[in-house]
Formats: sequence, C-alpha cells, structure tokens
Amino acid sequence: MVKIQNLTKYYGEIKAIEDVSFNVSKGEILGFLGPNGAGKTTTMNILTGYIPSTSGTVRVDGYEIMEEPREVKKRIGYMPELPPLYMDMTVTDFLDFCSALKEVDKKEWKSQKDDIMELVKITHVRHRLIRNLSKGYRQRVGLAQALVGAPDVLVLDEPTVGLDPKQIIEIRKLIKALGKNHTIILSSHILPEVSAVCERVVIINEGKIVAIDKPSELSKNLGDYSRFTMTIAGPEKKVKELLQQIYGVKYIEVQSNIKDDEYSYIIEADKDLDIRRPVFHKLAEVGYPILELKSLSLSLEDVFLQLTTEEKEVN
Amino acid sequence: MLAIWKREVQAYFYQPIAYVLIGLFFLVSSIFFTLGTVAGGYAEMNYLLSNVTFILIFVIPILTMRILTEDRKNGTEVLLVTSPASVTQIVLGKYLASFTVFLVMFASTLIYTAILYILGGKPEVPMLIGGYTGFLLLGACFTAIGVFASSLTESQIVSAIISFVFLLIVNLIDAIASFLGGFFAKVLDMFSLLSRYNDLNSGIFDITSIIYYLSFTAVFIFLTTRVIDKRRWSQG
Repeated sequence: MVKIQNLTKYYGEIKAIEDVSFNVSKGEILGFLGPNGAGKTTTMNILTGYIPSTSGTVRVDGYEIMEEPREVKKRIGYMPELPPLYMDMTVTDFLDFCSALKEVDKKEWKSQKDDIMELVKITHVRHRLIRNLSKGYRQRVGLAQALVGAPDVLVLDEPTVGLDPKQIIEIRKLIKALGKNHTIILSSHILPEVSAVCERVVIINEGKIVAIDKPSELSKNLGDYSRFTMTIAGPEKKVKELLQQIYGVKYIEVQSNIKDDEYSYIIEADKDLDIRRPVFHKLAEVGYPILELKSLSLSLEDVFLQLTTEEKEVN
Repeated sequence: MLAIWKREVQAYFYQPIAYVLIGLFFLVSSIFFTLGTVAGGYAEMNYLLSNVTFILIFVIPILTMRILTEDRKNGTEVLLVTSPASVTQIVLGKYLASFTVFLVMFASTLIYTAILYILGGKPEVPMLIGGYTGFLLLGACFTAIGVFASSLTESQIVSAIISFVFLLIVNLIDAIASFLGGFFAKVLDMFSLLSRYNDLNSGIFDITSIIYYLSFTAVFIFLTTRVIDKRRWSQG
C-alpha cells in the first residue's frame, strides 16, 4: 500500500533523514519509533506531501507523491503532532470544511459524518467552538479530521501526546479498531504504546532506520545472549560451580538469597543454545532442585535503548 | 479553493475584524463625501474615490495580516497543504476571501452615488464608471500585496507592517519618480499603480491600465505561492 524508498531529506546542510526505506501493506498498523529528533515527523511530512524530499520516492497505492500529489493526498489522512484545527470554528463546521477541502462527495460525507463523530466520541461537543475544547477533545477532532473522506492510509504523528492515561487507552483502542479498515502508520516515542498497538515496528535513530520487525521478534532477536532467572535450592558456591561447567553459560550472578539455601540467579548464555535442559540434568544429578526458571526476554525498551545508543558509540 | 474561500470569509465575519474595518472605511468615506462632495457641491464621485484610496493603505494591511500567518502559527497550513488542493488554489482561496471583504467596502461607496443622484447631482457616467473600475482594480492589487506580505512571516504585526510600508511606497512612487527624473523615473513609473489609477479616475479608459492591474495582481499571487513552496523545500 505504501512504499517508501531511499528517502533522504536535508534541511540546508543538516541531514534530517537518510536512506529511509520501508513498506506498509494494506490493513497493517505500523509503528514508527524513535527518540525525539530522530526524523519521525520529517518522514511523515514527506509521506503526506507536506514537504518534498531531497531524494527518494514515496508511493501510495502506486501513485508517486511528487508526480501525482493529488492522487496520493486523496488517499492519506494525516494527523500531525499538533492537530491542525481552526479555533474559531465549531466541530461540525470544521469537519464540513475538511470534507469540502478534501473534495469528499457531499452525499458520501453526509453518511460518514455522524459515524466519524460517534467513533471518536465527539458527537456531544459538535456544536462547541474548538477553542473551548480540552486538549483530549482537540486531539479527537484532529483524528476525526484525518478520517474525513475515509482515506485508505492514516498517518498519525504521536497521537497520544499530552493526553491523560485514560484518554491514551481510549485512543489506542480506537486506533486498533481503525486498523481493521485502514492502513495505519503511527509514530511514537512511547514504547509500550507501540507494542500494544502495532503489528510491525520501524525504529529510526538519527535519521536512519536501525530495525524493522514485529515487536515480539525485536525483543527476542536482539541482544547476543539469552537470559534466565532461576531459583535453585542448594549451597551458593556449589551451584555456581556446577552451572559454570555447562556449555554455553557466559555469566552467572547471584541475585538474592531467598531463604536458607535458596538462591536466585541470573544466568546469561549463548543465544543459540538452550541451556535449560542441561541445567536441569546437571542439578538433578546432585539433587539440587530448580524451584523456578524463567526466560527473560529483552523488553522493547531494552531493544530500543540498545539500538539507539549503540549508534552513538560507533560515532 | 471554494472551501477555503468560504471558511475565510466566515472567519472574517465571525470575528469583529471585518466589521471594524468596514466601519472605519465607511466612516472615513462618509466624511469625505459629506465635507467634500456634498458641501463642496461637486456632482461627481471621483474626488471621494481618489481620497479613500489613501485609507486603503491602512485598511488592507490589517485586512490581510492574518490570512496566511495564522495558518503557519496554528499548524493548519499542514491541513491545507496535505489536502488535494494545490498551493495556487490555497492562495487563490485566501486572496479571494480578503478581496470579498474589500468588495463589501467597495459596495458601501455605491450608497453615496445613490445619494448623489437623489440630491439631484448628475455625474458624468464615463467618469463614474472609470472611477469605480480604477478603485476596484487598485483594491485588487493592494490586497494581493497584503496577501503576499502575510506569506513572508509568522507574525501578524510584522505582516501588517510589511504591507503597510509596501503600500506607502507604492503611493509615494510618483513623487519619488518625479524627484529623481530621467531613467529612474521611467523605471519607477512601471511600478506606479496610482498614475494609472488617476487616468482611469479621470474617465480615460485605457485597456493597458486594466491589463496592468490584473497582471500586477497575478504576479503577486504567483509570488505568494512561490514563497510558500520555497519554504516547504527549505524547512519543515
């Protein structure tokens, strides 16, 4: 549905993004993740046709943004970080204006209008001036604006910024629901948000893509070793010795003494080796029972930090 | 384009600004009409019209100062630019909205013509038509300058000052030209909106003046689209 290839953008001398490429298939919710200033908004601005790129192509439904901007723009609903609202209009007037601006057929708009307002729950404030709405409601009107004309692709730039926790959960639910009928590209610097909502994640740092994968895969595949916590009954020294003999174990740390001779350990081992069975057999031989064993996968947070800070060290 | 025009005209009239400006314009023109035309006993509108062009120097910058600056400041520019409308359509919609408010002012002067007839005055029809045509075209040019100025900055005040200075220069250009004389005078005369206006206002219908005004307006609208496009290229 959306194909982005080798997108590069310079602001004068400053390189904002470099060689950004990714695809989004129809009906997918793609998370666009990165620290502040990584180039998320720049990418989204280019993709929606707000600013032109220095080089590279964006294709939406086969249309290229520079060659046929009208066709692309008709297919995209964009909600920038700061919702573009006219404060001096009421909600319905504003949405009517958006429908005319986006050249939505009048009959079609009539049938859509109530549904959209119902969906983002702004029906009861529809006659109020946008100026008088709270931040949460403005955000929703901003989202409603992006939905006008039922575009195939929704581009949402940090849709939950500045909302309270309850509103954040609501907006996330809403985005998930929208994902059934729309292709969604969503940017965020909040990790749980992305792992909660998105099917695939693009991580961008300093203008370059550092990873593209499913949230679960990202946390599994990254890191050079696998980690476990184990609680084992047995003398600390002896257990440590035994564990060290197992092939693939790289690092053992005693985390805490739970009671008497029950200790919990953190063990890191080679990524490709499953050490759980050898550990079981080894300890069973000497009669030290494993009371608890848990595989620790890296959280998306760890992945993110690892990816975005590694980059710095290289530089 | 129509959507933008409609929204902007509504925005003018939802806020006090259009009423204040039209009121101001009406007040000043009525003073000229009463003291000049009626008290002076002139059976023509040209005196009034040439005087109120001076008011436009103040009125137009205030009228156009928010037309593009506000969109940049509130972020609504994103909405407009990412819609299927082209930059030219956006600027035209905005321009026509400002021009519409000017047209209301313009229409208010027709009342005086009616009063003139009621009072038994018999103004020369060609001069009347010439005067009104000139005034309309001059307003179109001034509005274009104002819209252009508002594309240059994010601040309404700065926008108003730029267009005010611009319009002031346009008004003084004849004086400067005649002071300098020779070659410079000829160059400056190319930018003289008022000398052509004075021709029209004297009932001299010259098609070149009309084309001049229309192309002047078109050039400034074009420059405005260039400014917006240029900014899209250079910054986010």
